[in-house]
Amino acid sequence: MRQNSLQQRLGLNTLRFFVLLVLLFLGIILWEVFSKGSGVINSGFLFDYPRKGMTLGGIFPTIMGTIFVTLVTTIFAIPMGIATAIYLSEYANDNGINRLIRASIRNLAGVPSIIYGLFGVAVFVQGMGLGSSVLSSGLTLGLLTLPYIITTTEEALKNVPHSYREGALALGATKWEAIWTNVLPSAVSGIVTGSILGLSRAAGETAPILFTGVAFYLRYLPGSVYDSFMAMPYHLYILSTQHHAIEEVRPLAYGTALVLLSLVFVLNIIAFIIRYRYRNFNKARI
Amino acid sequence: MKPKLAVRNLHLHYGTKEVLKGIDLDVPENNIVALIGPSGCGKSTLLRAMNRMHDLNPEAKVKGKILLDDDDIYAPGKDVVAVRRKIGMVFQKPNPFPKSIFDNIAYGLKIAGENNKQKLHAIVERTLRSSYLWEEVKDDLDKSALSLSGGQQQRLCIARAVAVEPEVLLMDEPCSALDPISTARIEELMLELKKQYTIVIVTHNMQQAQRVADLTAFMYFGEVIEFAPTRQLFDAPQMELTANYLSGNFG
Ligand SMILES: Nc1ncnc2c1ncn2[C@@H]1O[C@H](COP(=O)(O)OP(=O)(O)OP(=O)(O)O)[C@@H](O)[C@H]1O
Ligand SMILES: [Mg+2]
Repeated sequence: MRQNSLQQRLGLNTLRFFVLLVLLFLGIILWEVFSKGSGVINSGFLFDYPRKGMTLGGIFPTIMGTIFVTLVTTIFAIPMGIATAIYLSEYANDNGINRLIRASIRNLAGVPSIIYGLFGVAVFVQGMGLGSSVLSSGLTLGLLTLPYIITTTEEALKNVPHSYREGALALGATKWEAIWTNVLPSAVSGIVTGSILGLSRAAGETAPILFTGVAFYLRYLPGSVYDSFMAMPYHLYILSTQHHAIEEVRPLAYGTALVLLSLVFVLNIIAFIIRYRYRNFNKARI
Repeated sequence: MKPKLAVRNLHLHYGTKEVLKGIDLDVPENNIVALIGPSGCGKSTLLRAMNRMHDLNPEAKVKGKILLDDDDIYAPGKDVVAVRRKIGMVFQKPNPFPKSIFDNIAYGLKIAGENNKQKLHAIVERTLRSSYLWEEVKDDLDKSALSLSGGQQQRLCIARAVAVEPEVLLMDEPCSALDPISTARIEELMLELKKQYTIVIVTHNMQQAQRVADLTAFMYFGEVIEFAPTRQLFDAPQMELTANYLSGNFG
């Protein structure tokens, strides 16, 4: 008896220790970025172009570039991911081929992002002749997020009670009507959360855009999806490792990191709000 | 009299396991037919075969015929959606959709293409009244149906099924999750609905079968052992199995 409770306490405290450790690291990172980056943040930093070899000025084109490319990713990856998930969860039966497809999609989520970058160069930039552009990068990032969107959406659909489907069918709905009017609305919060988290990961990626469309420095914003663009993660990478005066631009690097983190944070807040509203609506479910 | 719904030599396999072994059953119009029998004998399976719910399950193989007004619902090329619109179903566990009370009732009508607001309102009110739910929910039509009690939810599900005006109503243990008062209300409702609809109900409650059913079928291991007017089946069963079951010797 005593031995057991001692073990229990020991186990619990070990777990606590690791949780604290993780929180500590997270806290240090946030503190680093915030304390060193917040000093340079002002309207000039947010709305000006970089000047004097990036030692002065702001990061406006990188913010716009990241938003632009993430939009292309959204337009490509969300409909495609949701459609695939609906097919896999509602229509595909459980045979060998479909199991293989599911396993492949799961595994794709673990492929290093640089591989996606190389694939993007081969297929979008050169193969399809889209060139080094917002479109090529957006599609490459889309491929990167697809496995994530598909798996979370499939999960959300699987969580919708079977009785919602049967209930709709028994009232004379077609399978598609049952899915569209009944299953999807019940899964919205899960789908949206998954999609936004996937997109926020894409927004912070460097490797996939490296060869497919991002530019070191541009004097203009991209005018169409066929132009190259600047992006925050890449800008950060340049400022912190490739710049000729790294020490001098360090505060700018931290400022960029802070803006990027804030963007990701905002996306996560949006996901949270959507989930919260839908949860309220579904709360009475027993 | 010609039966409204007629099951003819129906076999059903789940994979290799035969669950229904040649069922024959005649359901007369404006009658309530009760299916009774021990757990696992195939009552739900038979009921679900009557509106082709097994179509969803690739494991389930159906052989034989089910005739609705002499028209085989399993005939090749038959429009399943049309069949289900004529043969509605109420499930054992109340399954209101996570929508408002109004939208739950209007659901079947909307997917059938009815968009006229006034007409929808009229039908919603009428069906809620007919399922004795109107007085309880008339001020809360916009509230989530999930906020209703279990008994109210089940009456809502019945109202929802009735709103599309099917010809036959299938009910799988509709009262198993409800208290005696809710049960009594639903039985009352069934007796009322019988005037317009034909009802098949699965029940484990012998008293309930005797209270509502005109005819009762006793099923055992995938077969209908005895099918007779309810009074006769309970008072003077012809088969020994039936007598044993009713006297509580097994099941
Ligand atoms: N989806 C399924 N796949 C395989 N076997 C099934 C499936 N559904 C039911 N069965 C089997 O079919 C038999 C009949 O089941 P059914 O649900 O029709 O019984 P029931 O008479 O309704 O029982 P209960 O009174 O417990 O509801 C059971 O042996 C059950 O194990
Ligand atoms: Mg059953």
